[in-house]
Order: sequence, then structure tokens, then C-alpha cells
Amino acid sequence: MALDDDALTDHGLTAKGAGRILLLACGALARELIDLRDANGWDHMDLHCLPAILHNTPDRIPDAVRAAVEKHRAGYETILVVYADCGTGGMLQKACAELGVEMIEGPHCYSFFEGNAAFAAREEFTAFYLTDFLVRQFDAFVTKPLGLDHHPELREMYFAHYETLVYQAQTDDPELTKKAQICADRLGLRFERRFTGYGDLDPVLRAL
Amino acid sequence: MSEQEDDIILSELDDNELVQQMYDDLYDGLKEEIEEAVEILLERGWAPYRILTEALVGGMTVVGNDFRDGILFVPEVLLAANAMKGGMFILKPLLAETGAPRVGKMVIGTVKGDIHDIGKNLVSMMMEGAGFEVVDLGINNAVETYLEALEAEKPDILGMSALLTTTMPYMKVVIDTMVEKQIRDDYIVLVGGAPLNEEFGKAIGADAYCRDAAVAVETAKEWVARKHNQMAAG
Repeated sequence: MALDDDALTDHGLTAKGAGRILLLACGALARELIDLRDANGWDHMDLHCLPAILHNTPDRIPDAVRAAVEKHRAGYETILVVYADCGTGGMLQKACAELGVEMIEGPHCYSFFEGNAAFAAREEFTAFYLTDFLVRQFDAFVTKPLGLDHHPELREMYFAHYETLVYQAQTDDPELTKKAQICADRLGLRFERRFTGYGDLDPVLRAL
Repeated sequence: MSEQEDDIILSELDDNELVQQMYDDLYDGLKEEIEEAVEILLERGWAPYRILTEALVGGMTVVGNDFRDGILFVPEVLLAANAMKGGMFILKPLLAETGAPRVGKMVIGTVKGDIHDIGKNLVSMMMEGAGFEVVDLGINNAVETYLEALEAEKPDILGMSALLTTTMPYMKVVIDTMVEKQIRDDYIVLVGGAPLNEEFGKAIGADAYCRDAAVAVETAKEWVARKHNQMAAG
């Protein structure tokens, strides 16, 4: 299935309505989840993605997840919310507890891609993270919403205290690595590539 | 529109027109125009405090309201703030000389492990605009830094900011330490940052959660007035 990153950013992905488990995920994780599902033959899993751009307005994530769970819950035995806290300040966890559904542990996808324990152990707070999806959609998630396309002088106000752009690579793709390096240059940050693969996503899905 | 704006000569506008133009220029983030207009008003004998409150804070209030209502977004607010900063830079030394009224004093900083300061900087600027003296501790502040600043500066208010879900619990560490040292009630504690909410503010023992810079200013004024009333009554 061909996935359109712009569509995943703005609209998400609609479930097929087949399978007993629904993965209700951020659009930024669609490729990785489909890859894991297909590689393991997990045909009992269906995927529904919310627009990935919610990443930029995390206060809207809990209500969006709530609405989607309520809409889809009759059609599946289990719904797994494939979001970490993602900047909701515990509000997504609270919503999931009220809905009686599980979600992914950790503060962000950056954390579970690297493995929550390993990520926390780094105590790294001057790094700006990009995943494969965010590298591909850098303009939609960073350049345009921050106004850097029209006002590059704002870069200093946003990124003055950051030191490194860490590209967490889910796949080995030289083109993406090159693009991530360009993103780092544009933000004036040191570049580091870390191969993470799918991190904690694999064991979490495997346990379903 | 830009052609028309190019034709405007600020020094030819009367005071009211000039203040209205400053509102527009702040809204459009035009730093040089704001600096020029501040100089013009000073030359015309306006007191620095009047320029600050009527022109700069007035204009930024419009920007803040439109941000709250979803009409403006972060980049536009930052450009406006940068323009206001230009005006403030001229006025700040003059405010001290001319004995502008001081509403209260605030120590503010982003918590340990967090380098985000856009919101905090906006709060600092708007608090200064509202007549507060602000001591800004910057980013990544450990509890010891906050406590030393409270001891040294004797502020009315402690403000803490965090942008990350992982760093916001550190605010409770600071407040708990203040309780332990029996100094918690000596200060008004205000907290803010994108992942926070009112419930969190209450849960950690802050006096108030402030959604944005405008709310922070109003909340600070209200709590300082309440504190002064209590002191007067006591």
C-alpha cells in the first residue's frame, strides 16, 4: 500500500474495518506499524491513524483519541492507542484510563523508538529529535509552523539552547540521512544519526 | 498596503495616530518602527512609563488576545515580542531614572532539564511591561538556584516554566523543598508551560497555573494585591 506523507500529516489513515485489534496511532507511525504488521503476518491488527500534525498541538490529542476510540470500539475486541504522552502532560493517559484502553509507555515516540529505559538514561535535554517521518515532513512540522520559511531570523529564538539534531533512523536510507543533515544545518545544530529501528514498538505489538 | 505603509512618516502623526500606528507595527512585528516611535514620543515629552503602558503593553495586549483566539500564531507573537523588546530596551534605563511605579517583584526560570524559554521570556517581558521587577534565572534551574534567588531577591512571586512532560514534575520538587524549609507561604508561586493545566498546578501546590503571558500578568496583579491586603489586615 502506498502511503502519502502529506495525507498522514493532515488527515491520517482510515481503518479497513478488518481484524480484532485496532491500533489507533499517530499518523507519524503509520509506515512503521504497517511494516511490523506485514513483516510478522499480524493480520488480526487493523490500523487507524489520526493526523500526525496533532503533534504540534498536543492539547488536542486526548479529545481526538477519545472521539476515535468511541467511534471504533464496537468494531474491535481491543484498541491499543499507539501514542506516548506526546506533550499532553498526562492528559492522554487520563483519557485512556477513563476509556479503558492501553497506550504506549514513555514521554514521546523519540523515547520508545530508542527504548524508554535507554532514552531516559541519556538525560539528554539539548537535543532536537527527528524520526524518519519527521525528516520527510520537516517543512510541515518545523519550517512552516515555526514561521522559519518567512522569518529565518526566528531560528535563534527557537533553537538557541539546542545543541544537536539527533536523527533517530528507523530505517537505513542514505537519502533520508542526507536530508536530516540538511535539516540540522538549517537549524544551526550539530548532526547525529542514531539507528533505532522500531524500538519498543515491536515488543509492545508482539505482546498483543 | 506596503506602499501605503512606506509612505507613513511617523514623526508627522499626532500622538493618538502614532500610538495607533505603534499598535499596527507591533502587530506586524516591525522592530525598527517601534524603536523610532518610542524615540518620537520621548522627544514629545511622554513619560517612559506612559509609553510603556499605553503604547507597548496596549499593543501587545491586542497581540496576546489574538493569539489566545487563534488569529495569530507563535511566529507572529515572537516577531511582535521582538519589536516590543526593541522599545523596552530604550525605555528600561529611563524607567528606573523616572521612578516608574513598581507593582511587585518576580523571580522566574525554566526548571531543571528544560531549555525552553519562549513562553517564559514572553511572561518576563509582559510582567515588566505591567510594572513588575523581573529577575530572570534563564533555563535549566535546579531547586538550589531558585532558593538562592528567593533568598537574595526577596520577590513577591516565584514563576516556574516547563515545556516537557518529563520536566514539569520538577516544579513539585521546588515547591516541596520550599514547604520543607518553611518558606512556601512567603511567596506567590505561579506555574506555566504548554503541557501544564490547572489541575496539575493545584496538585503540586502552586498558587495558580497561568495559561499564557496575559493571564500570568493578571494573576500576578491579583495575588500581589491580595497579599498586600492580607499584610495590611494582619
